[in-house]
Amino acid sequence: MLSAQDMQEAAAHGRHVRAVYVYEAPVRLWHWVNALAITVLAFTGYFIASPLPSQPGEASENFLMGYIRFAHFSAGYVLLIGFLGRIYWAVVGNNHARQLFILPLFNRTWWKEVLFELRWYLFLEPDPKKYVGHNPLAQLSMFVLFLSASVFMIVTGFALYGEGAQAGSWAHTLFTSWVIPLFGQSQDVHTWHHVGLWVIVLFVMLHIYAAIREDIMSRQSMVSTMLSGWRLFKDDKP
Amino acid sequence: MVETFYEVMRRQGITRRSFLKFCSLTAASLGLGPSFVPKIAHAMETKPRTPVLWLHGLECTCCSESFIRSGHPLAKDAVLSMISLDYDDTIMTAAGHQAEAILEEVMTKYKGNYILAVEGNPPLNQEGMSCIIGGKPFLDQLKHVAKDCKAIISWGSCASWGCVQAAKPNPTQATPVHKVITDKPIIKVPGCPPIAEVMTGVITYMLTFDRIPELDRQGRPKMFYGQRIHDKCYRRPHFDAGQFAEAWDDEGSRKGYCLYKMGCKGPTTYNACSTVRWNGGVSFPIQSGHGCIGCSEDGFWDKGGFYDRVTDINAFGVESNADKIGMGTAGVVGAAVVAHAAVSAIKQTRQSRNKPGQDE
Ligand code: HEM
Ligand code: HEM
Ligand code: SF4
Ligand code: SF4
Repeated sequence: MLSAQDMQEAAAHGRHVRAVYVYEAPVRLWHWVNALAITVLAFTGYFIASPLPSQPGEASENFLMGYIRFAHFSAGYVLLIGFLGRIYWAVVGNNHARQLFILPLFNRTWWKEVLFELRWYLFLEPDPKKYVGHNPLAQLSMFVLFLSASVFMIVTGFALYGEGAQAGSWAHTLFTSWVIPLFGQSQDVHTWHHVGLWVIVLFVMLHIYAAIREDIMSRQSMVSTMLSGWRLFKDDKP
Repeated sequence: MVETFYEVMRRQGITRRSFLKFCSLTAASLGLGPSFVPKIAHAMETKPRTPVLWLHGLECTCCSESFIRSGHPLAKDAVLSMISLDYDDTIMTAAGHQAEAILEEVMTKYKGNYILAVEGNPPLNQEGMSCIIGGKPFLDQLKHVAKDCKAIISWGSCASWGCVQAAKPNPTQATPVHKVITDKPIIKVPGCPPIAEVMTGVITYMLTFDRIPELDRQGRPKMFYGQRIHDKCYRRPHFDAGQFAEAWDDEGSRKGYCLYKMGCKGPTTYNACSTVRWNGGVSFPIQSGHGCIGCSEDGFWDKGGFYDRVTDINAFGVESNADKIGMGTAGVVGAAVVAHAAVSAIKQTRQSRNKPGQDE
């Protein structure tokens, strides 16, 4: 059984397609740039909160914390700009480019398929389904654990950044000025930004595991799809 | 007849020379250029002095202690006499009914024209019984005096945020001033206590310019609370270099390295300690080797250890920090992933054995 969108695609491409072009180049480029930025952010962020052992020598000869923070902030900018670019592509790109941003929350079949996927992961369904885009469970987890978490990290991150950049900077005006009072004080923003790190770590763990597992066990290609853009199906059954 | 500030000062035996010195010092501490010195002097010579009524709620008097130790003795004398302290139940001579009478007198004579300074806060539980002034709950006195004042200064973290007496579970329900008085401009001067020069600076600004200083969104004067301790900390080069004290008696601590790993809250605390310093500019906590505890920030008393960099989360009734929660969850999910992978592998092998060559 195929989802509504997949049916349309399948119809459009003829019944027995074995390959569909899903992820356009900008989406793929964004995926890997974003993955890299998040990896850098997670490591440097952790070391901002729990710095490495003290450096020997004069203060003037060292700038370790400075470099770590610089890397964090640069990756933060990459994340933000990439994110804006990704939103732009959701508007102009193909249907799959929008999947990350829009959940068909009022679509009953979609919810049924979320349940189906859950059962598949719980080994209660013997055979997986085919999906051209994301499977519904992946879509849900991407929205909750990745999209919302990223927006949260960008907002809190730039609010903290604006503290250093000081009043008058764009980050201070746009974020710091309201985020800090909203949380009560800067330390709370640090704390919740730090919690966000672990939410993202959870997403990455589940995501990479699921991507590789599905690559092996499902009926379609996964990792290579994010590299080439083409979804390959392993069989001709619907 | 109402006296001007200048007349009051002269009457107190302050020379004109000292008066002008005071004006330039005040200009400097408010971050104003030299051209403002004559303006301040002029204002003080011509303006009738504004009385300040100083109330004490649930507090420890550290704000008063700080205030009367203002580094520049003249600032203290001048400001003390300027604000006339018609009423300050801790340091005035009058007591009992006599004292309360002064309060009423000033309130009628200067209706809508006096400044109300509040040290401490009103407790709301037990019908306010945890803080009684002249036989009545402090809340009554606060509301009564606030009714006709021009503006309110919330001295210290008690009046501004609640402070230690509001710490969880806050049995007396100590409540900061802005939550009970909502119809007057409130200037928060947080800190436990606030720096003396900051306190005199705020009062002088209000009296000479006849308006309240520019405030940030949380109601603090920008000129003193616009930057973090960390932004102007003299140990900052060690922070950027990655040189930290890791224990109170280690090499790094002796060398004066950054106290970040010892829980310094300088990076999250808005106050003037690292520029104005304390006790007339002698020192400030970090200079004496102890991290900032964030005493001027909302809720600093409820964040777990003063010596932790990653502080506790009190939400949902758990007390744990982000790393403990995160690593715990990551551990559980990691174990689940491994188990899931193992079962998947078994299923995969079984399937390919049962239906040979099905998909591949
Ligand atoms: C080496 C590690 C990674 C691999 C192998 C990988 C692989 C994949 C694959 C195969 C897909 C497509 C899923 C599908 O076909 O339905 C995908 C999508 C996605 N991945 Fe990753 N990924 C990796 C790391 C990351 C990281 C670190 C993040 C960010 C935290 C991330 C975020 C996403 C998002 C948001 C999508 C949805 C893309 C969209 O709809 O535009 N990935 N990934
Ligand atoms: C997935 C994204 C991100 C992760 C995982 C992450 C992680 C972290 C962590 C763990 C911390 C330490 C918090 C603490 O003090 O306990 C931190 C601090 C910080 N992050 Fe992020 N962050 C992310 C995105 C961003 C972004 C987009 C920005 C914006 C430039 C940013 C700016 C900052 C700043 C300014 C600090 C404080 C640095 C300091 O106090 O020296 N972060 N981050
Ligand atoms: S001692 Fe505190 S305020 Fe000073 S640089 Fe280190 S962390 Fe910042
Ligand atoms: S250094 Fe920090 S804790 Fe100490 S007085 Fe200043 S703001 Fe308060």
